[in-house]
Amino acid sequence: MVDCSAPIFAANVNTALLGGHHPPMPSYVVLIYLAAAMLFALSLKWLSTPRTARVGVLAGEIGMAAAIIATLFLPEVRHYQWILVAGLIGVIAAIPMALLVPMTAVPQQIAMFHAFGALAAALVGTAEYYAHGTALGTSTLIAIGFESLLGYLTFTGSIVAAGKLQELLPTAPMGYPLQNFVSIATLGASVIAGALVVVYPANALVFPIFIALCLLFGVLLIMPIGGGDMPTVIALLNSYAGLSASAMGFVINNKLLIIGGALEGSSGFILSMIMCKAMNRSFVNVLFGQVQAAKAQKADDIYGGNIKSVNAEEVAAILDGASRVVIVPGYGLAVAQAQHATGQLFQLLQARSVDVQFGIHPVAGRMPGHMNVLLAEADIPYDNLKEMDQINPEMENIDVAIVNGANDVVNPDARDNPNSPIAGMPIINVDKAGTVIVIKRSLSPGFAGIPNPLFAARNCLMYFSDGKKAMLDIIAELEKL
Amino acid sequence: MDANLESNLFVFALAAFLGYEVVRRVSPQLHTPLMSLTNAISAISVVGAIAVTGVSHNPALVVVLGSIAITAAMINVVGGFLMTDRMLKMFKKRTVKPPAHSAGENSPKPQEPSRG
Repeated sequence: MVDCSAPIFAANVNTALLGGHHPPMPSYVVLIYLAAAMLFALSLKWLSTPRTARVGVLAGEIGMAAAIIATLFLPEVRHYQWILVAGLIGVIAAIPMALLVPMTAVPQQIAMFHAFGALAAALVGTAEYYAHGTALGTSTLIAIGFESLLGYLTFTGSIVAAGKLQELLPTAPMGYPLQNFVSIATLGASVIAGALVVVYPANALVFPIFIALCLLFGVLLIMPIGGGDMPTVIALLNSYAGLSASAMGFVINNKLLIIGGALEGSSGFILSMIMCKAMNRSFVNVLFGQVQAAKAQKADDIYGGNIKSVNAEEVAAILDGASRVVIVPGYGLAVAQAQHATGQLFQLLQARSVDVQFGIHPVAGRMPGHMNVLLAEADIPYDNLKEMDQINPEMENIDVAIVNGANDVVNPDARDNPNSPIAGMPIINVDKAGTVIVIKRSLSPGFAGIPNPLFAARNCLMYFSDGKKAMLDIIAELEKL
Repeated sequence: MDANLESNLFVFALAAFLGYEVVRRVSPQLHTPLMSLTNAISAISVVGAIAVTGVSHNPALVVVLGSIAITAAMINVVGGFLMTDRMLKMFKKRTVKPPAHSAGENSPKPQEPSRG
């Protein structure tokens, strides 16, 4: 590698590549790129409601196809064999990934897509460096630095996140001594290495070291973060993946890339803000905060003698007398694959003239909106899926609230106890409903590791069972009535 | 400041602003498809990968890196769009419509007594 500088930078001889290192685009390509950029913006606009969302996807697809075809007609693109082979492999690999993945596993699949997108951006930056090296101006080298840093750290970070979501890696928060010092030192070293690349672009050693540090930082950043914080992490990686694509637009001077990347960058940013707000935590706290060992009261003090347990028959009898029911799903529902059984219960109750709504907390599930996708899969109409702020004012008029697989997001301590570790986190106020039925396998704590006084509340009944089996048993009992 | 960089910064700032305004209006119901769609769109980086790979007189290393980038980006493009559409297909409006006289917009039970 050390002696590579002559052949590596041989491309500089090609005069077309000097001065901006990419020849100007023909006007028709520019116009097609402009149309694609507009289609991308419209695509997100149409995504705003489920009614027009699929048109939005179509607009995005047309924009993408047009941009790819236009690119193939660029005069500088002369060799097609590798492009076609590589593109075909990508298409063939993508189809089973997208069509076979179960809806419960969508978060890890999206994390993998982030990883691929970020890898592509990072590799193009690397290829640009090795194709043009010293001929690149300072501003382009800085852009390559951003593109590589964001791209490579998102690549490894997303793979770690996907591993945690698939439970191939430990999902518990993994702290180690000096964790933050090590992470920040690695980031600092990456930035210094990146700066050295800008100052000494001809040095053959600096760039590989820079890449290695960026890859390492991605692992160190995501590895310690627990499964419950994954909604924020995925949103953040979404943002980084977009920004790396945008940085690539600066490198090769392509405005369509800048726009496409910026759209994803802001989307990921907004989603991570929403997730942080829904947990009443800051970015810094999610990324670098150790989850403190809860100083809350002992579980026995809260639960002792106050837990009332019910079975399917009793739950069915309660539901038989109810006219308004709210179901609050959590990640446990996804783990138990209970969405279809929940859908059946929904249909059955509706057929019995019971009004059934779903109350969905923003961080229920493992990524933003995950619960909505699962319940939509179970044929529950989207009008019945309510956000936390929509359902909370109704709660006092609800006869029965069924909590399935959720815990911290319905913990009244977050609202009432200023000393609770989750104090201030917005919750769904199921405790204000007439009767609360909590379906849970045991009294084990949720992600926050604290007991939930809801379980001991006067109006709360515990139904100890698996989330899916519980739903099916309740349905069987209801059908007898 | 070089003219390209200047116009690129303008485009970036305005696109980020546009993205913020458009995404802010997306229903929280659709946040998962949103993430998957924006991710598919940002895989427009495939365009850059194609441009880098297809140029003449490229060192072999650049062709290899570019080809891997094309594969990765195409996985992101095709997978992202297909999965987004697969999710959105499942979002359905209520099938059992309440009778036309129902004023309650969300209650499928028109004779629901009002409480509170």
